[in-house]
Amino acid sequence: MTTFNIVDFVNGGASPSDFSQYHSCGQGQCGCRKSADGDDAQEPRVRADRIPLPADMPDDARRAFLKGAAAMVGVTLAPGVTLFAFGSDEAEAAVKPKPADQPVSDKNRWGLLIDVSKCEDGCDKCITACSKENGWTLGGNPKTDAQWIRKVTVRNPKTKATATLPLMCQHCKYPPCVDVCPTGASFRRADGIVLVDKHICIGCRYCMMACPYKARSFIHEPLEDQKEYAPRGIGTVESCTMCVHRVDEGRQPACVEACPAEKGKAMLFGDLNDPNSEISKRIAKFRTTEIRADLGLDLGVRYQNL
Amino acid sequence: MHRIHYRQLAAESTGFWGLLGGLAAIVALGLGSAYYMEHNGHIVTGMTNQIVWGMPHVFAIFLILGASGVLNVASMASVFNKTVYKPLARLSGLLAITMLVAGLGVLVLDLGRPDRLIVAMTTYNFKSIFAWNIFLYTGFLAIVGAYLFVQMDRKAGFLTKPVGWVAFIWRLALTTGTGSIFGWLVARQAYDAAVMAPLFIAMSLSIGLAVFLIVLILTYQWTERPLGDGLVNRLGRLLGIFIAVVLYFVAVKHLTNLYAAEHAGVEQFILWDGGIYTNLFWLGFVVLGSLLPMAILFSDGGKTKYGVLLAAGLVIIGALSELYVIIIGGQAYPLILFPGMEVTSSFYDGGINDYSPSIWEIGLGLGGVAFSMLLAVIAMAALRFLPEDLSDEALGLES
Amino acid sequence: MRLGSVLTGATMARALGKGGRLSLLMFGLAVLAMAGGQPVQAGPIGPQLPKAIKGEKCVTPTPDIRRNHMRYLDHHRDKTVHEGIRTKKFSLKGCIECHALKDENGNFLTVKDPRHFCRVCHDYAAVKLDCFDCHASRPDVKKKQALIVPKDRVEDRSEMAALQRYLAGKMHVKGGTQ
Repeated sequence: MTTFNIVDFVNGGASPSDFSQYHSCGQGQCGCRKSADGDDAQEPRVRADRIPLPADMPDDARRAFLKGAAAMVGVTLAPGVTLFAFGSDEAEAAVKPKPADQPVSDKNRWGLLIDVSKCEDGCDKCITACSKENGWTLGGNPKTDAQWIRKVTVRNPKTKATATLPLMCQHCKYPPCVDVCPTGASFRRADGIVLVDKHICIGCRYCMMACPYKARSFIHEPLEDQKEYAPRGIGTVESCTMCVHRVDEGRQPACVEACPAEKGKAMLFGDLNDPNSEISKRIAKFRTTEIRADLGLDLGVRYQNL
Repeated sequence: MHRIHYRQLAAESTGFWGLLGGLAAIVALGLGSAYYMEHNGHIVTGMTNQIVWGMPHVFAIFLILGASGVLNVASMASVFNKTVYKPLARLSGLLAITMLVAGLGVLVLDLGRPDRLIVAMTTYNFKSIFAWNIFLYTGFLAIVGAYLFVQMDRKAGFLTKPVGWVAFIWRLALTTGTGSIFGWLVARQAYDAAVMAPLFIAMSLSIGLAVFLIVLILTYQWTERPLGDGLVNRLGRLLGIFIAVVLYFVAVKHLTNLYAAEHAGVEQFILWDGGIYTNLFWLGFVVLGSLLPMAILFSDGGKTKYGVLLAAGLVIIGALSELYVIIIGGQAYPLILFPGMEVTSSFYDGGINDYSPSIWEIGLGLGGVAFSMLLAVIAMAALRFLPEDLSDEALGLES
Repeated sequence: MRLGSVLTGATMARALGKGGRLSLLMFGLAVLAMAGGQPVQAGPIGPQLPKAIKGEKCVTPTPDIRRNHMRYLDHHRDKTVHEGIRTKKFSLKGCIECHALKDENGNFLTVKDPRHFCRVCHDYAAVKLDCFDCHASRPDVKKKQALIVPKDRVEDRSEMAALQRYLAGKMHVKGGTQ
């Protein structure tokens, strides 16, 4: 388990310059320069002993990590070399983690790109992964049980052509749920993730009336044993959080991670504001669709080949 | 016109206490239902993730519309100078307050977290029409309270007209707000129409006047105070006009939708093959709730109190039917995600959603209606709301 | 008997006045009579907080966290939910991790159990605990060591028991066991 932690952590930073933010020194104190814009004018040196480790990490794990990190530095110092070798066969590194004590900013806008042509009929790996990650289950009451993500089958009645795609909160730039929420419990984070602050949600369900995508669920029953990073409870409304707890750690959402890679992943996560991100490049290159684009909501979830 | 004397209800008869007890029992049933729903979660109701607003909303919106509409009687006296209705203004204001309080009560008790009412009162998102409505509702209570005060106070009478104007404008804003809760839902086929606001204003006028007539006729019957047929007939004909106005706006709403091919599906659902919703619309709202009462009110039936009483009762049935069709029928029709496509999923996309109200939701709604009447009865026994004599002679009407 | 309790008892008695004192005495005698002459369980009157499983100190001094934990948590929750600030110091997750307790069978206690760390005080003060309607009341990680609390650790929290303890002169002084 401890090795797992390390892998996750290491994979969090993809490019060499990402590690600049792990310097605990102030600006320029140790002779290096913070390259926030990611230019490689001066390659930052990573000092393994300055990498903050989780406080609860056991000592043996800590030693193992530092050993691994020392080996890793050599790898990362070569520009363009990524860390795929370090664990999972699939590159998990998608985003740059922000320091835990810094607020999210509108420099990023997190989004998803879903290639419908690669989404297999009958595959529900994204749904099971989301359910497992966030602790919602489809139990005996399909009408009242929460569904954060679902597979929708679209069929053209004239041509009989069908497509299947995952549908979840579309993380609108102009979300109707946020507009209608009387208390401001529905809100859009600076980085574009639309969330429910369950502390001030009164359970009026107006957001569910307003959402064009039926993305939201109301919790009809008392719950227990929620995931510690995904609180959810009776009488409040919830929806896809784009795995905000993972994104804040620099990991990608559970659904994207689980999307099978054999024929190429159907789901891609990334920063829509960063023109160099994979997602932005693909959106620039291919024609993508927003569901109910007529509403002009500027969605964070785009579909390709729909 | 004679001098009008107001007198409290006599809180002596067994009938009075029986009525009070009966109403209190229904209120207790409503509170019990709310407690049961809150304790177990909405799983015990008929509501689902598809139909998120159910029977309590039908009753709550009925009461809120009625509250603003019932004030119209007072507005006619102080804003439109129809002095013949002046003796009725106090009752009008009283019912406006009690119905609004009860409607809000139902709405709050149906929240997922009614225990967080304080959050709703302290944390606002001012882009939300719901948040505006919280101010419109509380403001309405304060303004109508002041309106009652200036009417009932010996010295403040000269303020009746300006305060009456404020109340009149405020109530129009309030009902516009209530209608816009639906009118501004861009995503839903059945809503998203500016006509929802004037439609709700029209419905508020007919619901409010119907409730007012029922309370007036029954109260004067039970207290054996004189009530002129001429007065009731006048109000009855006004009710007939309000019904026609509602029909007009409903027709505009549906005809506009029918003209747009994109809305053909939802219109076919409501008007033609929507089962319960189609039946409630045509039979409940159009025939029983509109045409029949209009026929009564504009014929000889409207000249008797019982005819008007019956017509008012039918209007209430019609209004509840139409609200059920609007609120629940509008959600039963699926959201259009991909226009022109057939959509299926585990989350009931693309299909008609079913809803059957539980006794708890109906209990809560009826409890709310009873609460509004309970408050009104208590107030009428405590303060001088009702004129002793509403005979046509006393009002100077020719019967 | 410790000085603090004597003082508090005396202050209370003074505040009650002569008649009050007399009636308190009578009431106490009546309670003792009702208890059927059984020896009264000696024990502090306040809540008995189980020790945290790791670390020597809380994130702020104990009196401060006892008085202000709800404010810290509220502030932190807004920062976390709305701004994505995920520092550990005042996170509820952090509280739960340090204060997790296990039952005899080695399972973490949930808030359903009266021995749960948060409930010990909240039950005593009769303050509704809202957090765990939504939040997990025990840690996710199963391996962590935790203090095992035997079943009989549940105290009799009835008013009568509290009054008996009070009358037995075992006033709770300050802090209790940490």
